Amino acid sequence: MLAFKLAFKNLVGAGLRTWLNVSVLSFAFVVIVFYNGMLDGWNRQGRSDTKAWETGNGQYWHPLYDRYDPFSLQDAHAVVTGEAAKLTKENQITPILITQATAYPQGRMLNVMLKGIDPNQKILMIPSGSLKAQNGEIPALIGKRMAESTHLQKGDHVLVRWRDVNGTFDAREILITEIFSSNVPTIDVSQIYVPLSSLQEMTGMKDEATFLVANGTLNNTEIKGWTFKDSKFLLKDFDEMIDTKKGGSRIIYLLLLSIALLAIFDTQVLSIFRRQKEIGTYIALGMTRSRVIRLFTVEGSMHSILALILGSLYGIPLMLLINKYGIPMPKSADQAGIAISEKIIPFYSLGMLVSTVLLVVISATIVSYFPTRRISKMKPTDALKGKIQ
Amino acid sequence: MQNSEIIKIENLTKRYHMGENDFTALRNINLTFSKGEFTGLVGPSGSGKTTLLNIIGSLDNPTEGNAIVLGNSVSELTHKQSAVLRNYHIGFIFQTYNLLSVYTVFDNVEFALLLQKHTVAERQKMVMEALDWVGLADKAQSKPAQLSGGECQRVSIARAMVKRPEIVLADEPSANLDAANSHHIIQTMKKLNRELNTTFIFATHDEKVMQYLDRIIHLKDGRIEKDLIMPDSKTESHVSL
Repeated sequence: MLAFKLAFKNLVGAGLRTWLNVSVLSFAFVVIVFYNGMLDGWNRQGRSDTKAWETGNGQYWHPLYDRYDPFSLQDAHAVVTGEAAKLTKENQITPILITQATAYPQGRMLNVMLKGIDPNQKILMIPSGSLKAQNGEIPALIGKRMAESTHLQKGDHVLVRWRDVNGTFDAREILITEIFSSNVPTIDVSQIYVPLSSLQEMTGMKDEATFLVANGTLNNTEIKGWTFKDSKFLLKDFDEMIDTKKGGSRIIYLLLLSIALLAIFDTQVLSIFRRQKEIGTYIALGMTRSRVIRLFTVEGSMHSILALILGSLYGIPLMLLINKYGIPMPKSADQAGIAISEKIIPFYSLGMLVSTVLLVVISATIVSYFPTRRISKMKPTDALKGKIQ
Repeated sequence: MQNSEIIKIENLTKRYHMGENDFTALRNINLTFSKGEFTGLVGPSGSGKTTLLNIIGSLDNPTEGNAIVLGNSVSELTHKQSAVLRNYHIGFIFQTYNLLSVYTVFDNVEFALLLQKHTVAERQKMVMEALDWVGLADKAQSKPAQLSGGECQRVSIARAMVKRPEIVLADEPSANLDAANSHHIIQTMKKLNRELNTTFIFATHDEKVMQYLDRIIHLKDGRIEKDLIMPDSKTESHVSL
C-alpha cells in the first residue's frame, strides 16, 4: 500500500512527463478495446446472421456432400425418409436440395445454384413463403446481390437450364416472385431459390434432399443416412476470417502498445539515472533495495492504472456514441463472402475488457521492472552522491 | 542519564578500488562513541570523514576491522537488517538536504515513519512535533522548492529526528548555508542533543560547527590525528524545543 501511495505521489509530482506517457498508453488501451469490440461485434452479428439465414443450428449432410465441391452435388442427394421425414413434418428440420444450373438473364449466361426449399419452412429466415405456385409457373426467390449482378427484378422471367438425375439437360423459365435482402452473401450470390417440390420434380429427385437444416431443438440427434455438422464446423470459414482480421488488428494495436511501453521504459531508465540521490535517500531512511525496486516498479506500472482511468474518461463516451450509431461498412465489404451488415455495432465483453486491462497492466509492469533491477546493484553511498553513470 | 557506549570502531580500514589501484580511505581506526555525544569528524576533503559516517550508518562496509553500532556488527548485517537499523535507530542529515521534491514538508518528515508501524494519528502527532522542534510547523504543506536552504536543512533535521533515533549522522550539514543559518541549524541540533540525549556525529570542516562540538576527532589521510574533548563548547542559546 505504501508503495502505491508513494508511487502515486511521485508520478503526479513528475507532471507533464507522466501525463504524456499516460496519454499515449491510454490511447493504445482505447484502440485495443475498440478494435476488439468491433471484431467481437462483427463476430456476434455475423454468426447470428449466418445461423439465421444459412446454417440453422446445425445441418445433416448427405455423406457425399461437400460444400466446396460443386461436382459432389451430382451424387449427394437422398430420399428423406423415416426419422428425417418425421422430423421434417414436425418442423424440426427442413430439407434443401441443390443442383447446378445455368441461368440466362437478358440473354447472358450465368452459372448458378438452384436451391429447393420448402415454402412453409420456418427454420431459416429466407422468405420462402413467397414461393407460392403462380399459375403453373415456377416461382423463384433471389437475393439483392444476385438481383444487382443480373439486373433481375421482381416479376421478371429468366430461363434456367439444369441436368436431371439421369444427366439429361432440361430448361424452363422461372418467375422472380421476390428479392430478399440479407447480410449473408453466401446464401445470395449466384443462387436461385425455388420450391423444393418443384426442384425435386425438375430433377427427377422425388422426395430427395442434399442436406437438412436443423432448428435448435434437435441437439445433435443422429439421423440414419445423414451426417450431422455442428455450428462450429459450419461457421469455420467465418471464424477463420474473423481470426485473420484479429491477427491484422493485433499487429496495429501491439505496435501502439509497444510505443507506449517504450515511453514508459525510457522514463524508467531516465528516472533511475536522474533520481539516484532519491534512491540513496530512500535506502538511508531505511528502505531495503527490494522495496525501492518495488516502489519504482509500481510507479512505472501505475502509468497503466492512470492510463486506464484516462482512457475510460474519453473512451467510454466515445464508444457509447459509436454503439449508438454503429460503424458503417462500405458496400464492397460483403465481397469478402462472409456475413457483414451495413453497420457494425461493437460488443465489449467483460472477458475482453478484463484481458485488455491485464495486458496493459502486466506489460507496463514488466517494462517498468527491468530498468529497476539496476537499483539492486547500486551502492547507496554512490547513489547518495549521484555518481553512478 | 547514563551515557553508555553505543558505537565501537575496531581496527577499521576501508579501501576502494580505483582503476588498477586501491585507495585507502580509512586506516586502522579505533574509536568509541557514547550515548548523547555531540562529536565532529573534522578534516580536509579526502580525509575519510564521510566514509566513516557511511560505515557507522551501515551504508557501506569496512574492508578490514569492524564497526559495532548499537550492538550490531555492520559487516555482518544483511541488507534487510541494515535497513531496519537505519530506519529505527539512525537518522541522516545530508549536505544537500536530499528532500523528496514532489512531497510536502509534512510528507518528507513523515516518510521515515511510514516504514515503521504507526497509526495515522501517531504519525501526524510525531511529524508536527518534529516540525515544531525546528520551527517549521507552519510550513508543513509547503514543497521543498518553496523553502530557503536553511529551512530545507531544518526539514532534514526534523526528518532525521522524527523517529527519535539513538544516533544522527550529519554530513556537512552547514556547507550550503550562510553563517546565520549555520548557527541556527547547529543550535537546533545541540538543543535536540541535550533534550533527547541523541548522539550526533558530524562530518565537517566548518569552523562555525566546531564551536559547538563537545568532541572533535581530526582525521587526516584516513588516520586519526587528534581526538579532543572540548570542555568549553558553545551551547544552544535561543532555540526552544
